[in-house]
Amino acid sequence: MDTPLIEFKNVTKRFGNKTVLERVNLQIYEGQITTIIGLSGSGKSVMLKHIIGLIQPDEGAIYFRGKPLAQMKKAEIAASFAQISYMFQGNALLDSLTVYENIALPLQETSNLKKAEIDRRVMARIEQTELTEAIHKYPAELSGGMQKRAALARALITDPQIVLFDEPTTGQDPVRKNAILSMIAQYQKKFNFTAILVSHEIPDVYFISNRILALYDRRIVFQGTPAELENFDHPFMDEVISSLEALQKELTGLYSKRQFGMLNHLQLKRREVGETYCLVVFSLKELNDIIIKVGHDAAQAALRNMGLYIDKHFSAIGGFSTRRNTNEIITMLPYSNLAEAESMMENFVADFHKKIIPAIQESTCNLASGELVELTIMAGIAEGQSTDDIDSVIELAKSQQKEIGRLHCATGGVNL
Amino acid sequence: MAFIINSQNGSENEINGGPGALAMRPFAFVGRTIIDWVNRMGAAAIFLFMALLQIFRRKQLYKTVQQIYYIGARSITIIMLVSLFTGMVLGLQAYHALLKFGASGAVGSLVSLSLIMELGPVLTAIMITARAGSAITAEIGIQRISEQIDALHTMRINPIRYLISPKMTAAIISFPLLTAVFDLVGIIGGYVSAVVLLGLNGGVYVHSIQTYVVMSDITNGFIKSIVFALIVATVCCYQGYFAHMRKDSHGAQAVGLATTSAVVLSCVLILVSDYVVTSLLV
Repeated sequence: MDTPLIEFKNVTKRFGNKTVLERVNLQIYEGQITTIIGLSGSGKSVMLKHIIGLIQPDEGAIYFRGKPLAQMKKAEIAASFAQISYMFQGNALLDSLTVYENIALPLQETSNLKKAEIDRRVMARIEQTELTEAIHKYPAELSGGMQKRAALARALITDPQIVLFDEPTTGQDPVRKNAILSMIAQYQKKFNFTAILVSHEIPDVYFISNRILALYDRRIVFQGTPAELENFDHPFMDEVISSLEALQKELTGLYSKRQFGMLNHLQLKRREVGETYCLVVFSLKELNDIIIKVGHDAAQAALRNMGLYIDKHFSAIGGFSTRRNTNEIITMLPYSNLAEAESMMENFVADFHKKIIPAIQESTCNLASGELVELTIMAGIAEGQSTDDIDSVIELAKSQQKEIGRLHCATGGVNL
Repeated sequence: MAFIINSQNGSENEINGGPGALAMRPFAFVGRTIIDWVNRMGAAAIFLFMALLQIFRRKQLYKTVQQIYYIGARSITIIMLVSLFTGMVLGLQAYHALLKFGASGAVGSLVSLSLIMELGPVLTAIMITARAGSAITAEIGIQRISEQIDALHTMRINPIRYLISPKMTAAIISFPLLTAVFDLVGIIGGYVSAVVLLGLNGGVYVHSIQTYVVMSDITNGFIKSIVFALIVATVCCYQGYFAHMRKDSHGAQAVGLATTSAVVLSCVLILVSDYVVTSLLV
């Protein structure tokens, strides 16, 4: 594997008698989104502050591109840290400056750019983070969500190579949380920076993260992909992941992939050979179009509404659902054959047009404010048996997908 | 090995609990306190030095002008009010005291010299400490506990350059100017009480000032005000900047205590340094 961009080797940090990090070893690779998960107060923020040099380790070493920071010259360390931007958990916006001044501050103080160029860059970030109305307001006059977006805009204004996000979604509503994560993922792809996140948003962070680091009992107990974490057998999974997943289920109505897998496994065990089940794959097409034209909030609102209604409709008849990736929801109908599932889908589509489309329209089209936006909702059913590989059933369902609804927003209105 | 351990424990017991150790405690406490003070004074001196180094860096002008407005311009009203009544009471007291010796003609010189050499710089510094110094400590303290100073670090903005140096420069510029205002209004106050209210001849009052006040008196007064400016700005900025490192409190309480400490310490140091500077200048 490549040389890690950042590496901790046996890093220990104590505050007085309290050991926060104990012989922590971790690797962070360039161009990836790495998410650190762990319980509150477990030292995740302390770990981030080590990376940016706000805190020094008591023992151990931190390596930057394979070179220990302790052996670097002052100018070399400054050059390394100059590539890093940090978004604080409490936003840390300067309260005596307006939103515009806060975002412009790094450019004004550390670059030789002309005023017009600074203005152009700041305005671009303000528009991207939907802060145009708050441009002349002070942080105390903003909502928590707006403050978070202002902090995000400030962190990205210098086009950094590495961005550290310390709980970027704290204090946000579920839609806004996903919108911020989606925004981070979009910017990461666009600007190709290395993102290091501290977040509790499970499973949403799985969809955007390349690697997960699990901090438990003062140590990193897991490093790997989100898929590998699903199979990780450790007390961390019971104490941390399960509690976070339960919270997420309450908020969105959808199970995590891990919970979905466990439920499916239990259902399969109960079935006899030859018994069938059905699986429906829902997809929201042109979601990226909405993100570009209307914004992350509208896209996440559409997805969340759809998730809630799918769960509400199918859980009443024994079904359970999960989000597979950013625009796909899978629903398992464990006691149905294909004919029954198709009949259920007909009812669902009728209900969908009556109730769901207006709900999505309300959240999405109202945000569209004049933009022409189209959203196509697809669904496909496939039948499987307990002996079948679930992934192949999902692929089969995807291949069967057909349009069940189309949302068309124009100048704040909707056409179905 | 066991013997060594026992002997070590034995000597520890002697140090911690023996009668000799008990007698040593007050000395140890005094020693620790002095070392702590020396450490803090050293840290404050380094802090001042670093802030002064950043004064002439680029992009400081606007921030400095802004701070001159906050520290200087917005203090003018209170300075004028205090100086007017200080001058008036000085004129009143001096008139009655000097009348007993038949020297009421010297009221003008007494009032003006008292103001220019002592009361002007000292009272101006104390008034600015109360009005702007406390605000500086609270502002920087809040910026510290809400991680705004850490945020500046992460943006590669030197917090001492961005936050402290403009305040230092503003204090160095504002203190002498406000002292001059204090002196002038105080002398007018003395004129009001001695001449307008008590009937002393106005020409005598002004002539006495012209005769006895020399340029070195004014210069010495300004030197004092610059020394006080450095003391007040350093103490107030330092207390706020390191509010998070206080051992006696945390968070908002630490900011409150830092503000109190800043005002008390500044006032004490103004008076102590006043004596030291005066003894050097006389």
